[in-house]
Amino acid sequence: MSFINYSSREINCKIVYYGPGLCGKTTNLQHIYQKTNPDVKGKMISLATETERTLFFDFLPLALGEIRGFRTRFHLYTVPGQVFYDASRKLILKGVDGVVFVADSQIERMEANVESLDNLKVNLKEQGYELDKIPYVIQYNKRDLPNAAPLEELQRLLNPTGAPEFAACATTGQGVFETLKANAKGVLADLKKMGS
Amino acid sequence: MMESQLVMQQEDFDRVLAIIQKLVRDANAKAVFVVDKAGQLVGEAGEMQGLDSTSLASLTAGCVAATGGLAKVVGEEEFPIHFHQGQRDNLHMTLVGDRMILVVVFDERSSLGLVRLRVKKAGAELAKVFEEVRKKAEAHHASSPFAEITDDDIDNLFND
Repeated sequence: MSFINYSSREINCKIVYYGPGLCGKTTNLQHIYQKTNPDVKGKMISLATETERTLFFDFLPLALGEIRGFRTRFHLYTVPGQVFYDASRKLILKGVDGVVFVADSQIERMEANVESLDNLKVNLKEQGYELDKIPYVIQYNKRDLPNAAPLEELQRLLNPTGAPEFAACATTGQGVFETLKANAKGVLADLKKMGS
Repeated sequence: MMESQLVMQQEDFDRVLAIIQKLVRDANAKAVFVVDKAGQLVGEAGEMQGLDSTSLASLTAGCVAATGGLAKVVGEEEFPIHFHQGQRDNLHMTLVGDRMILVVVFDERSSLGLVRLRVKKAGAELAKVFEEVRKKAEAHHASSPFAEITDDDIDNLFND
């Protein structure tokens, strides 16, 4: 649910990074945080355990610039990926405008990817959303690892509907901004559709 | 249910601001914030202008969402009032209508009793404003400033 404020001439949108545990959602946000100009980003918040596993969420506010005199701000959130944090994931999806699914390319994580994607669909549905009706992109992360499954395999399993997709290595930053831009564009295009 | 887009016109925003500025004075508060449940800051008033209000908004929403989840676990619909006591400053959070949170920050110059009393009235007034905002949005189907943007406008945003 975007928020348009005519008084401060701002538009705020919420993007959620979803995916199985240890797929690289937080790493995506950390890369964006490190590579963004200080004047366009706010403070990054990570609610994590002592072992740096996301406990509740990571949060990064970004200001992208102006469209027709309105400052465009994106609030990026990650969910905790571990299966037993499902209650928290549901909460974070509240009011979402766009979703990035970060898949772990490693062959042995394929089942976890499928499970997480199914979980995303179920949790979105509970809030009245449908995955194929909201701005959605998928990122195949960890492409640099030797045990990465072939892209065709990932596409077949995780992206049968042909959503925009990106190969990435979040630790080096490859594909990270491309993923974000594609989703942010989708969100803005959606706003345009809703307003017309 | 999926929530609709929130569109605040200048006059709505002014009304919200007037209510929370009055609440700051009446409750002897340091600051008052209005945050929506998705974590967006809607308005702020008081003396904490240097505070990172964006973080405050997202953490407030997270806190309220988590507490709401807890409420359901124990069989409550929700816990509409939350109070966090600190060494110097305290936080009082109240749900306003079904999508807003009113946050009051106060110190020893005020008291929990006074804050609760003043928040009750201000919360009811805010709920009324947001209900009208929602009705207005439904009636006019919210004319978005984004209706007329072009694909080029969107592309230009990403030309670094």
